[in-house]
Amino acid sequence: MKKPAANLPRSLDGVIRDSVMRMHRTMVTIRTVENTVAESVTKKEIGCPCHLYSGEEAIATGVCANLGKDDWIYSSHRSHGHFIAKGGSIDRLFAEIYCRESGASKGRGGSMHLSSPEIGFPGSSAIVSGTISLAVGSALAFKSMKTGRIAASFFGDGAANEGVFYESLNLAAIYRLPMLFVCENNLYSTHMPIAKCLADTDLVKKARAMGVRGTRIDGNDVVGVFKTAKKLTDRMRAGNGPEFLECMTYRHRGHVGPNYDVDKGLRSKNELDRWMRRDPIDLIERRIIASKLATGKELDDIRANIEVGVKAAQKKAMGARWPSCRSDGAFVYASWRDGE
Amino acid sequence: MRRLTYVEALNEALHQLLEGDDRVIVMGQGVTSPWYVGNSCIGLIDRFTESRVLDTPVSENAVTGAAVGAALAGMRPILVHPRLDFMHYAMDPIANQASNWHYMFGGKLSVPVTIWGIINRGGEQGAQHSQATHSIYAHLPGIKVIMPSTPYDVKGMLRASVYDGNPVVFVDDRWLYRIEGDVPEKRYKVEIGKGKVRRKGKDVTIVATSYLVHEALSAAEELAVKGISAEVLDPLTLKPLDEGLIVKSVSKTGRLLVVDGGWSSFGAAAEIMARVAENKEIMEIKAPLKRVALPDSPAPASRTLEKNYFKRAEDIVREAAKLVR
Repeated sequence: MKKPAANLPRSLDGVIRDSVMRMHRTMVTIRTVENTVAESVTKKEIGCPCHLYSGEEAIATGVCANLGKDDWIYSSHRSHGHFIAKGGSIDRLFAEIYCRESGASKGRGGSMHLSSPEIGFPGSSAIVSGTISLAVGSALAFKSMKTGRIAASFFGDGAANEGVFYESLNLAAIYRLPMLFVCENNLYSTHMPIAKCLADTDLVKKARAMGVRGTRIDGNDVVGVFKTAKKLTDRMRAGNGPEFLECMTYRHRGHVGPNYDVDKGLRSKNELDRWMRRDPIDLIERRIIASKLATGKELDDIRANIEVGVKAAQKKAMGARWPSCRSDGAFVYASWRDGE
Repeated sequence: MRRLTYVEALNEALHQLLEGDDRVIVMGQGVTSPWYVGNSCIGLIDRFTESRVLDTPVSENAVTGAAVGAALAGMRPILVHPRLDFMHYAMDPIANQASNWHYMFGGKLSVPVTIWGIINRGGEQGAQHSQATHSIYAHLPGIKVIMPSTPYDVKGMLRASVYDGNPVVFVDDRWLYRIEGDVPEKRYKVEIGKGKVRRKGKDVTIVATSYLVHEALSAAEELAVKGISAEVLDPLTLKPLDEGLIVKSVSKTGRLLVVDGGWSSFGAAAEIMARVAENKEIMEIKAPLKRVALPDSPAPASRTLEKNYFKRAEDIVREAAKLVR
């Protein structure tokens, strides 16, 4: 990236140029990975179920830009975007989606179960709402260790149909934990529209009823997500207890796999088109160009450059070693004993 | 040697764990209540304050998940469910999260959490205040299940489970709490995965779990009067099971009676019998393998029904005698 000329603006909406460009890069990386995965699933090169994050990139990106490696995020079945945004290795991500030994979870987890503790990504779980309470526990540990670290859990609107969602909000509130609940409200719980799942679809109201401060924002505006997440994480680090952040968004593809669920009659073409016009990457690129942080040509170069890296990671994964059956029984129990 | 009751030994173990390691926290429903979970948690809140002794609301699912998440983040939580019946609410963090976490991520992180569930039954408490569900947890890969039966073992095994590095489900029984035994004052561990011979014998092997170890020992006394020499084994750990100890004994006696406080079907007793049935080292079985466990029926309330439902020494004597005669 060339240094911007002195007369070019240094920020967008109060966010410095470097941050904006870094977030743009992360979002494009996520989208490129997801498009590549979609092609590979269609070609049946990938066998394990993949829940793609396309369309929701601004949320993981904007939130994680406020977190350090010591802050922990837990993710769900739709985990690729969170893994990338937290700084996970693309090589290890692809290798895991291809279920190879060199994968983030050594081929034992697959797309839904990624882990990279060294960057603050303890794991992602396929059980809806399943990691919210785990993140609450990690927040409890961080508070008890007086570390200033925070824990977050990313989940969808469907999680609000699980009882543990409410129990976890309440626990975080009574113990005043540094816990960030990030709800990616994409309006669908697998095939079911939110209004058929929840008698009252106002999730912020539910968080407030449990004693947790709630904020609803446009989840497709990465600068907005970044700024709000900054405000919330600053408050949490100052010891003001948990926060609930509801980000309104839309997943471009269906619940699982590369298709769009329009053919199945689950969503209308009209609705999909309307959200496609609010594509979070298009939105930020238009703003970057309009505010002269970069030119269209420069953005094209960034995208092309990312594409090369992603394709290389995919190719490497396809050629990587499969786990050996001789290792059956490995990893069931941890073999270490705590020294004391 | 100093004599302590089971609950005193358990309480001493908690005190020593909390005072020796800042990572240890005790959490669960009622840990600071005036009853202190059957007095097991007495004195903890006074010494270690609310930051390390957390009385939790009845949100078993989230609280257990929080214990798992705290363990992942470096703590050594001991979480108590004062009744196993309520622990059913906590099945997701145990069966989906804790049990799988180490394997599912290729060994990246482990879950050093101790989940302590108490069998609390009798006294006409009925079907939902009586359950002994230890076998359910022993079915899950990645979980260890311990059932210490004496004051000495509970003190050492609780310590071993906190420092095991894996999720350990520790099941005890309120009927054990008044039992006395020798307990050293020092800190020590009793190894998980190793059973003990509680009484030597040659005619029949009785494998009993938890409270029923004591009933089996009474039964063995009575059997001796009848001229039957019973060997009583206490596995202490259900999973991983000390199969070698059982195989060695049955190889000698040729007869097996398993006594367990859970339901008969698909339970701990069934598994122990299956291990013996499958074993190729045992050359001679002199009688069909037999179990004494609960009938496949919920626990009753009425004392007349309870008396028949829960198993005691007399049931063990009767069935063991049938195997030998």
